[in-house]
Amino acid sequence: MTGPDFYRRDRSAHPPAYAPGYKSSVLRAPFRPLHSLEQTSLERSGPALGHAPLGPLDHDLIRNAAVDGDALGERIYVFGRVLDENARPVPNALIEVWQANAAGRYAHVKDGYLAPLDPNFSGCGRCVSDAEGRYLFRTIKPGPYPWPNNGSDWRPAHIHLSIFGEAFTQRLVTQLYFEGDPLIPLCPIVNTIPDATVIERLVARLDMRNQEPFDCLAYRFDIVLRGRRQTHFETRPEGA
Amino acid sequence: MREKLFETPSQTAGPYVHIGTAPQSIGRPALSGQPGPVIESDTGAAITLEGVVHDGAGAPVRDAMLEIWQADGDGRVGPHGLFARAVADFGSGLYRFQTVKPGPHAKGHAPHIALLIFARGINIHLHTRVYFPEDADRIAADPDFARLSPEARDTLIAKRTEGETYRFDIHLQGPNETVFFDI
Repeated sequence: MTGPDFYRRDRSAHPPAYAPGYKSSVLRAPFRPLHSLEQTSLERSGPALGHAPLGPLDHDLIRNAAVDGDALGERIYVFGRVLDENARPVPNALIEVWQANAAGRYAHVKDGYLAPLDPNFSGCGRCVSDAEGRYLFRTIKPGPYPWPNNGSDWRPAHIHLSIFGEAFTQRLVTQLYFEGDPLIPLCPIVNTIPDATVIERLVARLDMRNQEPFDCLAYRFDIVLRGRRQTHFETRPEGA
Repeated sequence: MREKLFETPSQTAGPYVHIGTAPQSIGRPALSGQPGPVIESDTGAAITLEGVVHDGAGAPVRDAMLEIWQADGDGRVGPHGLFARAVADFGSGLYRFQTVKPGPHAKGHAPHIALLIFARGINIHLHTRVYFPEDADRIAADPDFARLSPEARDTLIAKRTEGETYRFDIHLQGPNETVFFDI
């Protein structure tokens, strides 16, 4: 029922806990090494949150908090596939998203940035991957915003994503950036990831073929979750 | 042979994680079916699990988001497993779950709750486990504790405070640092 083990996480590709360029990590990073454990049936399974029906507008951040009109800003689709490390689709993955509005302001009691709120935008959405692992949401492109790190650093435009696959070992929270944004290489949070080629995995690509003409641009972003060790049967060449 | 892909790298959940994961905590409506801090289950004894996440200076982490995943009271996982999510109180930093005491889900392993911590300043979520003081004999025999010192082991055992309430404080860094796992 809970299947074979998942591959170990390659923690040299993920950001380390202690990354002093991002000052908040300094007091929030464990000093001691992680303790490695074998996976049990608990970690090899996970909550089936993607099986529950979502609200009809949960994936549409342009409309899902609208009071008297659409949210303001650059209208975009963000879409892609959720796959595992074996390139298998992950169906029923729940993707929760949150983001600032077009001006770079979050609808959050703790955000005091002077840019205005958009009364028709909350920045909260969700979607679920289909049988082929495909997902889609519609939103406005978030603005960059300043934050108190090293004086005033600026976050690139980004969308936060929280993903539940089929197992607790696959749990992942990350951030999506946008192709061509010159703030990406300057960002201390982006640069917690030590390898520039790994950072590229977080950059959504403009996809003109999937635009909605006269309505909405499109960005493609594929998500890869941990894969399971395969049995010999599963590793046979296709058709063998 | 199938193509081998590489896992998408983690990034911090940031200080505004509430918007997407716990909107009710910032005065917005919860989405349908969105997990909160309360688990309803007919199995096992109802318990409260609460505590504070502390940083390396001893200050409460007031913007933490925590998730638990556990067996039900009968030790069943998979579709019977129980999941909940809580956020730290903006003032005190206290998190609180209402759940049930999990049964043992794997032979030789003491009952426990898997707990994940996300927050600003945490670049990849931290994974720990909550064990229960009344299970001392089972914990002593659990192979997962074999390479842990007694001090490290004690960071994983909740304290029973009153009635069915367990206190589990987490120390991200320093002399009382909680044990975190790579699983």
